[in-house]
Amino acid sequence: MTTLPIKTSPQPAAIGTHLSKVSSVIAFARREFRDAVSSRWFILYTVAFTVLAVAVSFMSLAGSGSHGFAGFGRTTAGLLNLIMLVVPLMALIAGAGSIAGERERGTLLYLLAQPISRTELLLGKYIGLAIALCCSMCIGFGLSAGVLAWRVGGVGISAFVMLVLFTCLLALAMLSVGMLLSVLSRRSGVATGLGLFAWLILVFLSDLGLMAGTILFKLRVQEVFAIGVMNPLQAFKMAVIVNMNASLDVLGPVGMYASQTFGGMLPWILALVLGTWTIVPLAIAVLIFSKRGSV
Amino acid sequence: MINASHVTKKFGSVIAVDDLSFTLDKGESIALWGSNGAGKTTLIRSVLGIFPSTGTVSIHGINVRSQGKKARSFVGYVPQELAFHDDAKLGSSIMFFANLRKVNSKGAAIALAKVGLQGHEKKRLRDLSGGMKQRLALAIALIADPPIIVLDEPTSNLDASGRGEVIDTLCQLRDDGKTLLFASHRPDEVLSLAGRVLVMEKGKLIKDVTPQELWPTESRIQTMRLYLSMGTEESAATVLREAGHAVNLNGQGLCVSVPRNRKAEPVSVLARAEIEVRDFEILDEVQEDSK
Repeated sequence: MTTLPIKTSPQPAAIGTHLSKVSSVIAFARREFRDAVSSRWFILYTVAFTVLAVAVSFMSLAGSGSHGFAGFGRTTAGLLNLIMLVVPLMALIAGAGSIAGERERGTLLYLLAQPISRTELLLGKYIGLAIALCCSMCIGFGLSAGVLAWRVGGVGISAFVMLVLFTCLLALAMLSVGMLLSVLSRRSGVATGLGLFAWLILVFLSDLGLMAGTILFKLRVQEVFAIGVMNPLQAFKMAVIVNMNASLDVLGPVGMYASQTFGGMLPWILALVLGTWTIVPLAIAVLIFSKRGSV
Repeated sequence: MINASHVTKKFGSVIAVDDLSFTLDKGESIALWGSNGAGKTTLIRSVLGIFPSTGTVSIHGINVRSQGKKARSFVGYVPQELAFHDDAKLGSSIMFFANLRKVNSKGAAIALAKVGLQGHEKKRLRDLSGGMKQRLALAIALIADPPIIVLDEPTSNLDASGRGEVIDTLCQLRDDGKTLLFASHRPDEVLSLAGRVLVMEKGKLIKDVTPQELWPTESRIQTMRLYLSMGTEESAATVLREAGHAVNLNGQGLCVSVPRNRKAEPVSVLARAEIEVRDFEILDEVQEDSK
């Protein structure tokens, strides 16, 4: 081993003053993004999502006889159900593995010994994963849009663009929930299990619960809407349908109520719901992580 | 540089560090000595502000609890268990830590050169030996040239040659004015590096002495590993400590440091306490004047 002369810092006080929060967050985000895109799960997810998205585009075109609007509209409708299953699952699992995985590998302790705050670490990891997830989905959406544009032109593309935007918002919300679960779990296996359970509740059980509640408690239409919209997946679905049809009439009385009551504000309200699902779990995760008595 | 006052850290009902106070002045080198479970690692983590604890710890006058990030900017840390992302390359790993400390790529290269890892930047971390990982951790600790280096058993994963290299580097750092705080269970490390030894037992500070006071009179110290009957290690460690021996009970067995002309003493002390010593081996010899 080479031993070179080691210069002692003349003014140690200067070290601390040059550290900034933003650059620490960026450093973590870059590392998280690089780790994510080089991991197997990211590659598998991107390939699977892209194949499915392109397949849905081709099927939509076959069914519509290559009529432009029908091409994009049917693709958006077809992708809606695929997204509601796949995107929350991936975002929840990615988030769940983040902090708990570092904790289990022992790397979290080493990171926390560096001149960073816990908030910076969490936010950096969140941003890095969020960018990786959105990039992954945009590859699938981009190829799907390319197929449609090649066959039928750009008619009706605005609904498709809104689908992409709301999908990213849904991914951010689910990633926040996943990170909260990760902060609460000591082991990544437990965090992933909790993530799967949350996915099951949001995708399947909440719908069943709402149906049962509506029948049992004879809920009014506005109450059904209020409860339903609290589920980020339902908010996402309504937002995409509103952007496709300009109304929620296809969802029955609840959709009609929402369209008539909120009108043009409805997409914004639904975006606000997804935004709340993004900010609140992440804020709780930051709070809990910052106050933890151990690693 | 470091001022710890009445530091206590509990995990549930277990008190890992119990009302411990010490100061570490600029340019000083302090070793934390004690068996596994004595609280050395917990104390280090509390000092760094990784574990919130009661009492106060300040680094360079900055409270680690309220301004942990700023306080840690004065410290380079080498952990006991090296944990890196194994898929990452050495170059990208050190650049990540360089970015965290606002050091450019030239600074990162200098840190790698200090520990002899230049030219290995493209290697994946999983392909590095334990010694190389240890040196990487040291490079990361030195990357921003911090005035304080905190090390938790820095040579625990190394062979004799690697240990010597790391101790040489640390001696040089100490001689260049760095302030060192390190946990160790090796008398050779303590004798080579430390000016003071904080002896810990069950989370408490029981002695604050010089290495010469801990291992007095003879200039040559040897470490013996004792092989005992199953389940008698704890009581043997207690008996030996009561007899005035420096004992370390860790995952590799019970080690006791003795002057070279009194090697039979621990065995006879244990025999009097009716604890059977099945075998022993001499691990190394330390020359006190090697400092």
